[in-house]
Amino acid sequence: MENVINFFSFEDPNVRYVVLGTVLLSASAAMVGSFILLQKKALIGDAVAHSVLPGICAAFLFSGTKDIVWMLFGAFITGWLALVGIDFVTKYSKIKKDAAIGLVLSVFFGVGIVLMTYIQQSGNAAQSGLDNFIFGKAAALIADDLLIFSILAMIILITISLFFKTFTLIAFDRPFAEAIGYPVHRLDLLLTSLTVLAVVTGITAVGVVLMAAMLITPPAAARYWTDNIRHMVLISVLFGAFAGLSAAFVSYVAPAMPTGPWMVVASSGIAFFSFFLAPKRGMLPKLYRQHANRQVIAEENLLKRFYHLGEARSDFTGSHVEHTLIGPDNFGSTKSRSVLRRLRRKGWVTGHDKRWQLTDEGHAKAAKVVRLHRLWELYLTKYMAIAADHVHDDAETIEHILTPELERELEQQLGYPDRDPHDTVIPKV
Amino acid sequence: MIVQAKEPILEVHDLTVSYARKPVLWGIDFTLPAGSIAGIVGPNGAGKSTLLKAVMGLVPVASGYVKLFDQPLQAVRNRVSYVPQRESVDWDFPVSVLDVVLMGRYEKLGLLRNPSNADRALALDCLEKMGMAAFARRQISQLSGGQQQRVFLARALAQEADIYFMDEPFAGVDAATEQAIISLLKDMADARKTIVVVHHDLESARSYFDWIVLLNMRLVAVGPTAQVFTNETIQQAYGGRLNLLSQVGDLLEKREFPSREK
Repeated sequence: MENVINFFSFEDPNVRYVVLGTVLLSASAAMVGSFILLQKKALIGDAVAHSVLPGICAAFLFSGTKDIVWMLFGAFITGWLALVGIDFVTKYSKIKKDAAIGLVLSVFFGVGIVLMTYIQQSGNAAQSGLDNFIFGKAAALIADDLLIFSILAMIILITISLFFKTFTLIAFDRPFAEAIGYPVHRLDLLLTSLTVLAVVTGITAVGVVLMAAMLITPPAAARYWTDNIRHMVLISVLFGAFAGLSAAFVSYVAPAMPTGPWMVVASSGIAFFSFFLAPKRGMLPKLYRQHANRQVIAEENLLKRFYHLGEARSDFTGSHVEHTLIGPDNFGSTKSRSVLRRLRRKGWVTGHDKRWQLTDEGHAKAAKVVRLHRLWELYLTKYMAIAADHVHDDAETIEHILTPELERELEQQLGYPDRDPHDTVIPKV
Repeated sequence: MIVQAKEPILEVHDLTVSYARKPVLWGIDFTLPAGSIAGIVGPNGAGKSTLLKAVMGLVPVASGYVKLFDQPLQAVRNRVSYVPQRESVDWDFPVSVLDVVLMGRYEKLGLLRNPSNADRALALDCLEKMGMAAFARRQISQLSGGQQQRVFLARALAQEADIYFMDEPFAGVDAATEQAIISLLKDMADARKTIVVVHHDLESARSYFDWIVLLNMRLVAVGPTAQVFTNETIQQAYGGRLNLLSQVGDLLEKREFPSREK
């Protein structure tokens, strides 16, 4: 508890650095990542993230310091080389893009690990902490780094805002963008440079390996919540920032914990949450909607049963014995009995002593379902040339979803009919 | 049969296009008059879409050049509109119908400026013309095929161009949309706009287009529909006699030969 208070009071300058740093970097990565995701270039982000490692090591070997400017410079160069390499391989060989990305990624990362191992074995005192660049250590953030990260994050933020509509167009319809004369190749280079920048801002706190996840996971989660690209980018940034904040908190409470993996765990958590619970696209709401549909079908079918029984004895007002409605007592009838109780709650039936009858409202409702069923059967025989003995099953489903507007249109097209193809009366409501 | 236009608005000169050394268009050379509705017609794999892309500078050409309004494309882009095939984009993309139509204004806005209220009003007007005004706020994934095509055409209208290149606008649309599109094209032609349409249905081509470009890797015929769209030229384009041409194409690809010596 004390930890929580200490952390969220932000009095400790170290906490401030770490929080600000992780939030900045994850927010800017999420922003760039949105466009990478929409351009379907997620793997490219992964390749860039891995490919900055040899650059960092080479920069260290060259300069002999862990100065952040040198690191950025090196990272930028190899990140770039990797992208050029991918394009080159795809263009001049029979290797396809996915294989080329895999190839370049592993070669660059391999070289990076070789260099890093060499540096660690060399006994250079300045090298301690260089391995943090692989998995990240937010606690290693210092004020100087933070200044540079803030500048980089601002660059990313401003550039994306300026080119928002342009990047959107390229992601949606590249040939059109080319046709209206947009310099699509140079804009691609710009977005790739921003990707490298975003990855580079994350190397201290998240590390190169997991930075790709911070590019892709928040926007992928955000896509579940909205169909508007502006909202998507905003939500993505918020998700990223939240993941950054929670990871900073975890590694503050438990200093042995690396920040990068926790950031990824947090953003994956958000992604799973979105995947299951997002209102329109999420899995649970989808299941719920299906469940609700099944309930409507069961209720309306039972109302129809009332109607048919009433029709048979030309009297819709009397009551019916329960087992004529839902069949004899067995396993299936328990479910039907709960449907009956639901109908009673809605005020459509009344009943006691195992006898049930429709209320006025229930009768209207039942007549309506039967009416839609028969109208649809008539439509099928009349306009779709389906035989009268084949239309029932189809109408069984359609009767539950026809809207009042469609009902009116059906009636009009059929010339306000009285009888269905089986020569039974279509009830008026 | 090749009929040259008197005051050509589009001139395609000796155009050859290759994909991986294999020529898909051989020495295409023709002109189109202003104010015409021209159909590019030919069998599958004839290079109809490729011809459009080559005109728009979207694929590299092995030889030849294209002139619009007697100038290269770069000089007159703001007078040219391109409507890609409907299937070429991801219709689950998170933008609204209005967002897509506004893209028609981007050429005039440049890279950095955002659409103004005037642009928005114009875009809504274009949607209205396509009978899609009620859909402006909808996300594009909720549209049917015909509605998607209408949105693409509304975007093209928003470009306020003088010549329009449309890649298969009639493919996979409902009959009502097909009629809406053709009457739109007629209105545009009356306003002295030129429209070039890739089309694969021979039946309707005769009534839709007043100028025909009949294509099968090479140019078979070009000119006013009544004059050049004959059983004989159609037979030439659709008959199997081009076998030799594709065999030479295969050979160029296999031997890694350039299609021109230079």
